Amino acid sequence: MGNYYIPAKYLLSHILDVNILDPVKITSKTIEIGTKYSPEFVCTPFKYTLGTLIENIEKKSNILIQAGGGCKYGYYAELQEKIIKDLGYDVIFINLVSQGKTDFKKIYHEFKKIDKNFNIWSSLYYLFITTKMIRYMDKIDNYIRHNIGFEIDKNDFKNTNQEMLNAFLKTKGFFDLFKIYKKYNKKIKKIKVNKPKECLKVGIIGELYTIMEPFSNYFLETELASMNIEITRFTNVHYLLFEKKYKIKKEMKRIKKYIKYKMGADAADNIAHTKYLCDQKIDGIIHIKASFCTPEIGAMPIINKIAKEHDIPVLFFTFDANTSEVGIKTRLEAFHDMIERRKKNEKLLSRN
Amino acid sequence: MDKIKIGIPRSLYYYYFKDLWQIFFEKLNIDIVISPKTNKEIIDKGISMSNDEMCMSLKIYIGHVSYLLDKCDYILIPRIDNYGLENQTCTNFLATYDIINNLFNKKIINYNIDLFQNETELKGFLKLNKILKRNKKQIKIAYEEALKESLNIKDKKMMKNINNLKNKKIKILLLGHPYNIYDEYIGDPIVNYLKNNNIEIIYSDLFDSKKCINKSNILTNSCYFKYNKENIGSILLSKKYIDGIIFLTTFPCGPDSLVNELVMRKINTPFINLIIDDSNILTGFETRLESFIDILERKKIHE
Repeated sequence: MGNYYIPAKYLLSHILDVNILDPVKITSKTIEIGTKYSPEFVCTPFKYTLGTLIENIEKKSNILIQAGGGCKYGYYAELQEKIIKDLGYDVIFINLVSQGKTDFKKIYHEFKKIDKNFNIWSSLYYLFITTKMIRYMDKIDNYIRHNIGFEIDKNDFKNTNQEMLNAFLKTKGFFDLFKIYKKYNKKIKKIKVNKPKECLKVGIIGELYTIMEPFSNYFLETELASMNIEITRFTNVHYLLFEKKYKIKKEMKRIKKYIKYKMGADAADNIAHTKYLCDQKIDGIIHIKASFCTPEIGAMPIINKIAKEHDIPVLFFTFDANTSEVGIKTRLEAFHDMIERRKKNEKLLSRN
Repeated sequence: MDKIKIGIPRSLYYYYFKDLWQIFFEKLNIDIVISPKTNKEIIDKGISMSNDEMCMSLKIYIGHVSYLLDKCDYILIPRIDNYGLENQTCTNFLATYDIINNLFNKKIINYNIDLFQNETELKGFLKLNKILKRNKKQIKIAYEEALKESLNIKDKKMMKNINNLKNKKIKILLLGHPYNIYDEYIGDPIVNYLKNNNIEIIYSDLFDSKKCINKSNILTNSCYFKYNKENIGSILLSKKYIDGIIFLTTFPCGPDSLVNELVMRKINTPFINLIIDDSNILTGFETRLESFIDILERKKIHE
């Protein structure tokens, strides 16, 4: 998912004695392959991940690892393993979840099978570094997201970020990681931006896979950035793994008026974020999801209701294998024009 | 004290809890209204009210709720999260209460089943005491009696279903969620068609739930959807006796899309996969069912 392959690669290359290949970048061919072998109306991330797995096998990897959790993600692995084996590929498939929970004992045995020298204590040490790495990545990402639309020299942010990721991969230890982070944090904050005081602000919420995989949402964020819009986004790996657990209770209280229970996966989080964004008087909200994502479909009417009450425009995007980039661009442009005009009208009204 | 009237939509949860609810409210002397069998009007209403990507069954549910709006004081909508972590339900079962609550401005009676966090069915019922205006003791007694009687009724149905396995006619396992199989609009046309063609139908939901869940490990070991596990288990329990399987799914059912696909790749009994959406319902299926039955008949003769 996006750049998160870097921490994953870092972790695995240190705890297991295996050769790790960079994942193939997702292209339209990946999606084609995934769609071809998937069941008809499974949710779209299944198709993407299956496509990626198959393309990686063709690049001669022979061990695949699939994680999961939440709604249907936890069940992807078993079916994907079956599909891949039915296609005649001979690979080792490691499933990190079973029966809805992450089974550490099973993972330990699986890893032991691959590498006899697998050691729990050193793995825990590297796991700790990796989580810290994800935290730093997300921090930098958040800063970039706020500013990328206003950079003076194009691609400055992108290049620096890539440099940092490459440096992360070579991290020797905890202190080293911290030093690298400090260095690039300074460097990124020094990049010149030309940001007007009152720019348009848009919040992005939605289903986690679509929101984090840059290809599956067709670089929606870069597109927005090129329209000089500041982007706020909540969902990232650090949020999902660590913050969600203790934040959700507080968030549920804030949206007590609308929902009483959690609605599966991130639906409740997204509703809470909608409320938060509305209270912040943001200019617009974009909700993105993959097609057939059940929890988000349930959340949509409620998000709509909240937005209506606060008079904030919402744009819903559904991504599947057939979504065309041009269609999305047109809708985005229209949305941009609309929120721009709204903002101007508001200003005129307040002046009178 | 004015009497309250509780509306029960004849969809989703109804087919799991209908006996329990009916006996429970009867014991407490509370009136209930059950929405009529699904008809064109209810479906159209449901489709117009719901989000277009929701699954067909949920759309029908919304239709039933909107039918009940002016006919009762409260609508009964439970929320079923899980029966333990390895027995979860579809996310729609988690969200229906909140979806309905936001779509309609109507009072709702709601209880929560979440065994992972120790929220049992009994606890949920006990919390209803204020709305039902009955004390906790009355509710507990009524619930326990209702549970017992509803289990007895289910046992009888299961016995009949299992006896049918020994029938000499062609037997087809109709596999799907009860809210689809017994629905007037989704399952009934198929059931009627099969009955008219002299075929014995074995229902996938009328098997012992615990046995099914234990058995389902043979076909899939990482599944955590309770209702799907029950379905898979029913295949394994009846495999020796049946001639064919009909997978009945509504479009786009999340858990079914994954689990059924996996099962279809693993079994060697003849099967047919029927996916029902909100367009025209039966016409296309008759041809497919006809040829499926033809195949089964020919196979039987050759044996």
